[in-house]
Amino acid sequence: MRINCPNCGTRDRREFYYQGDALALDRPAPDAGPLVWDDYLHNRKNPAGETRDLWFHEAGCGAWLVVERNTLTHAIHSATLAETAIR
Amino acid sequence: MGYSGFRVIKEGLFGQRGWKPVWRDPEPKAAYDAVIIGGGGHGLSTAYYLAKEHGLTNIAVLEKGYIGGGNVGRNTTIVRANYFLPGNAEFYSHSLKLWEGMAQDLNYNVMHSQRGLINLFHSDGQRDAFVRRGNAMINQGDDAVLLDREGVRRHLPYLDFDNVRFPIYGGLLHPRGGTARHDAVAWGYARGADQRGVDIIQNCEVTGIDIEGGVVKGVQTTRGVIRAKKVGIVVAGRSGQVAAMAGMRLPIESHVLQAFVTEGLKPIIDHVVSFGMGHFYISQSDKGGLVFGGDLDFYSSYAARGNLPMKEHVMDAAMTLMPVIGKARVLRSWGGIMDMTPDGSPIIDKTPTEGLFVDCGWCYGGFKAVPGSGFSFAHLMATGQHHEPAAKFRLDRFRTGVGLMDEEGTGSQHNLH
Amino acid sequence: MRLRDPANTVSFTFDGQRLGGVAGEPVAAALLANGIKLVARSFKYHRPRGIMSAGSEEQNALVTIGRGAQTEPNVRATTLEVSDGLEVFSQNAWPSLKHDLMAVNDLISPFLGAGFYYKTFMWPRAFWEKVYEPIIRRAAGLGGLSGLRNEDRYEKAFAFCDVLVIGAGPAGVMAALTAGRAGADVILADEDTAMGGRLLREVEQIDGRPAVDWVADALGELQAMENVRLMTRTTVTGAYDQGTFGALERVAGPRAPDKPLECFWRIVAQRSILCAGALERPIAFPNNDRPGIMMASAVRAYVNRWGVAPGKSVTVFANNDDAHRTARDLVAAGVKVAAVIDSREEVAIAGDYPIFVGGQVTATKGRYALETITVSHAGGVREIRTDCLAMSGGWNPTVHLTCHMNGRPAWREDIASFVPTPDSIPGMVTAGACNGSFSTAACLAEGAAVAVQVARGLGRQAEAAVPVADDSAYVITPLWAVPGKGRKWIDFQNDVHVKDIKLAAQENFRSVEHMKRYTTQGMAPDQGKSSNVVALAVLADATGRGIPQTGTTTFRPPYVPVSIAAMGAGSQGKGFAPERLTTSHQVSVARGAPMIEAGLWYRPSYFPLPGETTWRQSCDREVGFVRNAVGVCDVSTLGKIDIQGPDAAALLDFVYANMFSTLRVGRVRYGLMLREDGHVLDDGTTARLAEGHFVMTTTTAAAGLVMRHLAFVLQALRPDLDARVMSVTEQWAQFAVAGPRARELLNSILDQEIGNDTWPFMACGAVSVAGVQGRLFRVSFSGEHAYEIAVPARRGESLFRMLVTQAEMLGGGPYGMEALNVLRIEKGFITHAEIHGRTTAFDIGMDRMVSLKKDCIGQAASRRPGLRDDSRAQLVGLRPLDAAEALTAGAHLFAKDAKAVRVNDLGYVTSVCYSPTLQTYLGMAFLRGGPARLGEVIRVVDHLRGIDAVAEVCDPVFLDPEGGRARG
Repeated sequence: MRINCPNCGTRDRREFYYQGDALALDRPAPDAGPLVWDDYLHNRKNPAGETRDLWFHEAGCGAWLVVERNTLTHAIHSATLAETAIR
Repeated sequence: MGYSGFRVIKEGLFGQRGWKPVWRDPEPKAAYDAVIIGGGGHGLSTAYYLAKEHGLTNIAVLEKGYIGGGNVGRNTTIVRANYFLPGNAEFYSHSLKLWEGMAQDLNYNVMHSQRGLINLFHSDGQRDAFVRRGNAMINQGDDAVLLDREGVRRHLPYLDFDNVRFPIYGGLLHPRGGTARHDAVAWGYARGADQRGVDIIQNCEVTGIDIEGGVVKGVQTTRGVIRAKKVGIVVAGRSGQVAAMAGMRLPIESHVLQAFVTEGLKPIIDHVVSFGMGHFYISQSDKGGLVFGGDLDFYSSYAARGNLPMKEHVMDAAMTLMPVIGKARVLRSWGGIMDMTPDGSPIIDKTPTEGLFVDCGWCYGGFKAVPGSGFSFAHLMATGQHHEPAAKFRLDRFRTGVGLMDEEGTGSQHNLH
Repeated sequence: MRLRDPANTVSFTFDGQRLGGVAGEPVAAALLANGIKLVARSFKYHRPRGIMSAGSEEQNALVTIGRGAQTEPNVRATTLEVSDGLEVFSQNAWPSLKHDLMAVNDLISPFLGAGFYYKTFMWPRAFWEKVYEPIIRRAAGLGGLSGLRNEDRYEKAFAFCDVLVIGAGPAGVMAALTAGRAGADVILADEDTAMGGRLLREVEQIDGRPAVDWVADALGELQAMENVRLMTRTTVTGAYDQGTFGALERVAGPRAPDKPLECFWRIVAQRSILCAGALERPIAFPNNDRPGIMMASAVRAYVNRWGVAPGKSVTVFANNDDAHRTARDLVAAGVKVAAVIDSREEVAIAGDYPIFVGGQVTATKGRYALETITVSHAGGVREIRTDCLAMSGGWNPTVHLTCHMNGRPAWREDIASFVPTPDSIPGMVTAGACNGSFSTAACLAEGAAVAVQVARGLGRQAEAAVPVADDSAYVITPLWAVPGKGRKWIDFQNDVHVKDIKLAAQENFRSVEHMKRYTTQGMAPDQGKSSNVVALAVLADATGRGIPQTGTTTFRPPYVPVSIAAMGAGSQGKGFAPERLTTSHQVSVARGAPMIEAGLWYRPSYFPLPGETTWRQSCDREVGFVRNAVGVCDVSTLGKIDIQGPDAAALLDFVYANMFSTLRVGRVRYGLMLREDGHVLDDGTTARLAEGHFVMTTTTAAAGLVMRHLAFVLQALRPDLDARVMSVTEQWAQFAVAGPRARELLNSILDQEIGNDTWPFMACGAVSVAGVQGRLFRVSFSGEHAYEIAVPARRGESLFRMLVTQAEMLGGGPYGMEALNVLRIEKGFITHAEIHGRTTAFDIGMDRMVSLKKDCIGQAASRRPGLRDDSRAQLVGLRPLDAAEALTAGAHLFAKDAKAVRVNDLGYVTSVCYSPTLQTYLGMAFLRGGPARLGEVIRVVDHLRGIDAVAEVCDPVFLDPEGGRARG
């Protein structure tokens, strides 16, 4: 598996640390309540298909990336810097 | 039709003509008392125990492909009860007891082999953690023996003890741990359930769950509508998709876990051995292949196949731990889809929909749980009450924080560190 | 029998028998040349078996080579190269290959049908493990490992290219030529010892010349291209995501004894062209497994390429035209053809040998080597004497790699086999025989055409220039299994025959996956390369379905088995993980300190002095240094993270549970870091060196984790914060100087004297030591008056030497991890033994540190009721009632009179030590409702070590609870 890091170019998966669903970017307010926090921390859409998740170029430039890819085919469509991806 | 050595000889003499189908392939009926979605190990054992323990025989197991085609047919066959945390400890203890009588109970030789499992440790800190776990196992009534370095050497003389990156300090031996023939477990439960009247329906994919007024009414399938008073979701690897049919979002991420088998070899590894400095566990099948595995590939996936980095890492671990197997050749590697929960422990629970139950989240430890999970899930589905050994596998524990079972201590969240 | 005199012969042995061979030829060829037919015993029934193929797909001729640690089992004699002195042994036979006692299995085979073991061996229950299973295990397996540690060298490597061409037959060579001429970076990989594929094995013409000459010219041209890399003896074993491939190269052997035995390649290719060819499949007829019955293509390979006749009187049995080229080549080579049997009814064949059109082989004889075959045809039944039968059931395209990413091959009726489904592997195209195009002309044309397409896709100019070659059509009428009695083998390697598959269908193992798993067909070392299509055709027949409806099982990587040593190369011994050494490492080792592993680092356990015989003596002495004089300890392994920027304090407020923006410049504060799930992630001290400059310390184990976490927070959660983080763990060497004489020591080396007023407890700042700019932190992990002094790493060793020398002059010295552990337990300081991942701030009595005045990571989740419930196990100290009684970490806690069972379990001991200061064992533990139980006496049970003690629950701070010593 290879990911196209916006800073470094296409690199082997072994340079990256995987974190999970990019919904981690949408951190709730501290007082959002237990249900919201439960959804944020635990409950997942877990799609069989297109997904958007977070990877860290740990053995590279140290950038956190939002990667759009497919969980059925492992196709990788795009990788963008997390700091610019925040909506 | 009972299986026995006598029957095997008799059929051998008469051209094997008397063997009947191990399970029927009935057409689905319009309605059942209960429907199990998923013909894997857990689904089939649930059906078996619903019939055997609760007398519920008007039930169907719906399988979208062929039975036993999921993780029960693609794992490293390890059976153990060596957990530390309350909840897990009593559940796996119960499950192991069911394993110990399974071949006779099912009249099907699942080749459960209690050859002993040794978890190696490589530092004082790891030793303390394993002692803590071993004492919990004994508290639970299971068995554990602490081995020092020489003790490990007596059992596993072929390990690399000297001049290695992570020297072996000792090990925790679980004598009742071992292996079983994985496919046989699915077939044995299928046969047992079928004999008790359960309809096992293959090539029948569930496409929807019918709910009216918060009560489950049945399922939509590729072979028509099937009504049911109770529906159990037991579809490891696809739990999220099926639960979504009932409007639920589960605390599950799907990951790929690879496993490996070598060409056949004369006996060399007599135990199940688990390396303490990286996920690596190995045993040798009765056929002679070394069967081993490692950690998740670590990216969510439904592809049921892995990539090279983890394969190499597993071989790396093999070479540092037991370079004696270097010249064994890997014949085949494969991947399974794991329901990973935030805390690494499973879920057996009711859902907000009345009559709808869920058994999922077995992470990478579902095989050994096959009998216990089926037994406890059947109990829950039949009685509406949690079966005591599985009573802590609650869906709401993540919201409340009560009874989290993070056995590895890596966090009770999906990697949001 | 050799058809021509070899130029040079070498000698090798088979089961001790000395034989001549040609260096580099397959051992199988040499065995056939020496007239040896019996080579192996089969897996289950121990049937005598010979050589079946001429490639890596070999099912029967698996042998063991070498001795001692060099022993290598399950080597294919068909790919193993002959070399001088090579020792080859048969396997899976005892006492000898010819007289194998386990052949008794063959006699009782009627009782050992598919899956028989699921139906028996269940009574009495204990017998499974004690009797049946050990017998089965010993009988099973093929070759044996030596039981010795690997001594050979293996390697791993990476390679990158524009185009990877897999297989160097006509299609592959043509593709490589075309892509190479277009200027693309090409890797051409082939598993054979020479490139050319079937062109080396067939009698063919290309451009009017012998095909081998064309191959030689083409390879010459490829070799001359700088952009082309030719890799022989290299099998591409797996196709993975984004153009990554695994490949196994057999590097060394006698040709290059100084090189590694094998190299496992990770090849990354923008595009790939699969030209893997095709594999011939057998026909299932009774006793089709006798030594001497071979694939027709293998017979031609031995005759044409290796100049070896596999028999003196050869018969041919086929359902396609290959039968006839086999007979033609044999006749041309001067080998007698005893008969040609073609199962097709309406074919016109001419030849100077008996021909049986519409015939079938219905029986064979010959225990250790084929003697006769029985042919049934329209004209009756005939027995024919023959010592070699060349069979061909047709060809199966080698689609395997296209299935590695879950691709499903498609059935093609005209060739009665499966072909790859396009785009099964992104970036891969297929050409030639693996695509179902079997003629040489088609292979060349497709190879060129796909290479043009690939090169153009890469933005290059490319032209196809295809030579003229044979273009005869492939005509086949499927024949899977010959009717009649007798075992008709399909999976020779796992001893699966037609009846096994029918039994599977009868018992409702009708899915192809069920059939495979029930009969074990396709689960042998060849992964069913030769047997799969035949098997599913038989299953289709038994279940009344068509072959496309029956479907295939999944081919998984690797294409050929790969040694664990190759894929795990470099990890044996110490190569598994990096070794991190502190600057004081050599000094510690020179002092005899046992070095122990700690989060990839090595740290000294203790520093033994002459006369000390146990670690405890050294440890107790070192504790004494710190409590009474001064001790020095390298703490460089703790993570150090430099944090700078206007919002550095705001970042710390967000990642720590407690407040940091209120910390004054020149001061240090203890911080507790939570995970977002509300549990403790790590702890440590953070110093404020300037308004916008902090340096954070983490535990050794969590340094990488915390660094990643901080990067995540800054980039993904709080990009609004203007701050930067950088790991400086390796840039600074840091030493603890602890004990009542710590300041005295420091003042002997610092360029400016310090005092309690200038460096009070938790002060920090820049210092100069022997002219070197460093940092000093007044922090204590021992409860004593203590400092940590940091200098650039290159000065670490000399500072350590200086500190130790000074400490020794003050009655102290260096201390190791054991003493450090005792010192912190005496003070109740936690480590990862306590913050083990499941611990909450509540559990360690730090609930109130989780500031509610601000948002921070983990704050919301830490307020979940389950994380701060009084019934949780919470941190306490334990002191045994009998001071001499040892406590052990990992013991569990129970009420004094309770039975030691799970339901009564109250907690567990995390850390223990013998405190020389307090002259008693001490423990730290998590105890349900702990703080409410202070003063209670509880039972401490360690079943594993046979310890059953009683201890008093106390505050975990055993020593100096007021903290006066650290401040003084």
